[in-house]
Amino acid sequence: MKPSKENLTSFVIFGGFFIFISFLDVLLNTFLNLNFTGFLPSKLSYFAPLILGTIGLYFIRIEFSGNKLLDKINTNFNSTNFNAILTLIVIFTLIKYIPPILNWFFFDANFSGNSKEDCTGSGACWVFVKVWFNRFVYGMYPDAEQWRINSAFILLFSLVGASFFVPLKIKKYLLIFLLFVYPIIGLKLISGGDFGLKYVETGAWGGLSLTFIVSAFALILCFPIGMFLALGRRSSLPAIRYTSIGFIELWRGVPLITVLFMSAVMFPMFLPDGTYVDKLIRVLIAITLFEAAYMAEVIRGGLQALPKGQYEAAKSLGMGYWRMHFLIILPQALKLVIPGIANTFLALVKDTPLIFVVGLLELAGMVNLAKTNPKWLGMAMEGYVFAGLVFWIICYAMSRYSQNLEKKLSTER
Amino acid sequence: MSKIIELKNVNKWFDKFQALKDVSLEVNQQEKIVICGPSGSGKSTLIRCINRLEEHQEGEIIVDGKEISDNTKDIEQIRAEVGMVFQQFNLFPHLSILDNCTLAPIWVKKLPKKQAEEIAMRNLEKVQIADQAKKFPGQLSGGQQQRSALARALCMEPKIMLFDEPTSALDPEMIKEVLDSMVDLAKAGMTMIVVTHEMGFAKEVADNMIFMDEGRIVEKAKTKDFFDNPQSDRTKLFLSQIL
Repeated sequence: MKPSKENLTSFVIFGGFFIFISFLDVLLNTFLNLNFTGFLPSKLSYFAPLILGTIGLYFIRIEFSGNKLLDKINTNFNSTNFNAILTLIVIFTLIKYIPPILNWFFFDANFSGNSKEDCTGSGACWVFVKVWFNRFVYGMYPDAEQWRINSAFILLFSLVGASFFVPLKIKKYLLIFLLFVYPIIGLKLISGGDFGLKYVETGAWGGLSLTFIVSAFALILCFPIGMFLALGRRSSLPAIRYTSIGFIELWRGVPLITVLFMSAVMFPMFLPDGTYVDKLIRVLIAITLFEAAYMAEVIRGGLQALPKGQYEAAKSLGMGYWRMHFLIILPQALKLVIPGIANTFLALVKDTPLIFVVGLLELAGMVNLAKTNPKWLGMAMEGYVFAGLVFWIICYAMSRYSQNLEKKLSTER
Repeated sequence: MSKIIELKNVNKWFDKFQALKDVSLEVNQQEKIVICGPSGSGKSTLIRCINRLEEHQEGEIIVDGKEISDNTKDIEQIRAEVGMVFQQFNLFPHLSILDNCTLAPIWVKKLPKKQAEEIAMRNLEKVQIADQAKKFPGQLSGGQQQRSALARALCMEPKIMLFDEPTSALDPEMIKEVLDSMVDLAKAGMTMIVVTHEMGFAKEVADNMIFMDEGRIVEKAKTKDFFDNPQSDRTKLFLSQIL
């Protein structure tokens, strides 16, 4: 019985019937907990929808049937028996597992209340996230002073936002301000100690705001350092070249968690007595140098991809080393490696939770702390799902931005 | 006419391979020289030594009164006075044609942007692509790209122009438009050293011809003598093969 175009209608009806039965079985099974193929041996009953569906899809696999919808289904989902089975598995898995996930997230979840006892449903207990939200965002930062963090971030976002709209001339100064002046203002605002602001030690900083602080500082600083390391590794001066190679290979060869431990435990031992470098600063330096080594190799990849002719053309116009690199080579090399840079940046953001080893608790760290609170035991799932979602949103936004940047800078035809 | 380039017994090695053997050459102001020879004969290496894209190990190269040595400042100064056009154009793909032309004048010669743009447009008009100024190199044809590259070099207002097989990477149709621009430039009195296989162009503009083989200058002669009455057998053989 080979499906053919002559008996198109009967084959489609026949196949459609099988497919309908298979979907009906899965749907009934999922939502009403009925199993009308239960009379079959248990293994056969389990695979019944798949078998019926595959048979059904076989019958409707008619090439150039003339029916647009049917042709589309056949070319995209049903080109061979193997593809038909894959299509069915994907659809059935979605039908079976999406509803329970939605139930856990929304329909059986608890949103109101303010203690664990208010969570009576079988789904997620979002009360936990609600009650701890403040801590998840601000860590142990005193409630009364939280406006300082807010205003620091509002200032940052409005400056960054403004930089997209102002004309090029002002943009230059805005960027310089953002890179060199803002960090000092922002840090001073958050740490306090002057101008009548209460001093808040860095141990109390935490949560999502700390994630942002650590990521932003490390991102901004590791980029130029990585750039110079990449140039250094290609330098013709042996001293610079070998220093760069040594630096890069040293930091790339050590796990971040070890680096953080060293920054917390060993680094203070090398300092003269009486000097003290804040824990957060040490961690920032450690992460920055660590990521700079990776950044250097990404950028070096871009430098190597450029044809020799670009260097020669720049030289033949009388440009020296720095002009050649900053005007000709780096703009092209960096554009080439935007995906790699984005990769490193995303990895950096997701590495920030490791600072828990020195006692700093950013978002994931705060979740970790909250779930061990005796009043809130058993809330690990909700906490980690929340943290995961927040990280995903941050990372996805960065990823999209990098894609936009790639498109914007493209000068291909 | 005064000397502007002087090479004295220049030797150059790539590792063990000797690319230039005892090359001596003098070029006067406004002189047009065409260098020809089989591939691997050292003709590209020779002109690349003149602006030190390649380093020579022995001998002296004096350009516009300055000897080429390890002194970076001197080399940058010489390069700013010596324009070069490459086989592969080597335009900067991330910049528009206009920016390609103004970049070096602004950053190396420190001209104000407006003046640099005026010079750029003048030169782009000379090579007849002023209407393409806002486009990016990737949007132009090979011939247009090579003419842009010529304009870019001219924007530095060089005293000498070097051409390293400027038409070898072009479709036959586009060769003429590039050669026409080069002829115009020659007529305007530029000092030019051209490595090319375009013998028609050579006959039209060259004052002197140089034939190189295996790193040596085999023959240097007035253009007419070179084609009508070549002295060495090697030159005769080469000419018989390409003409």
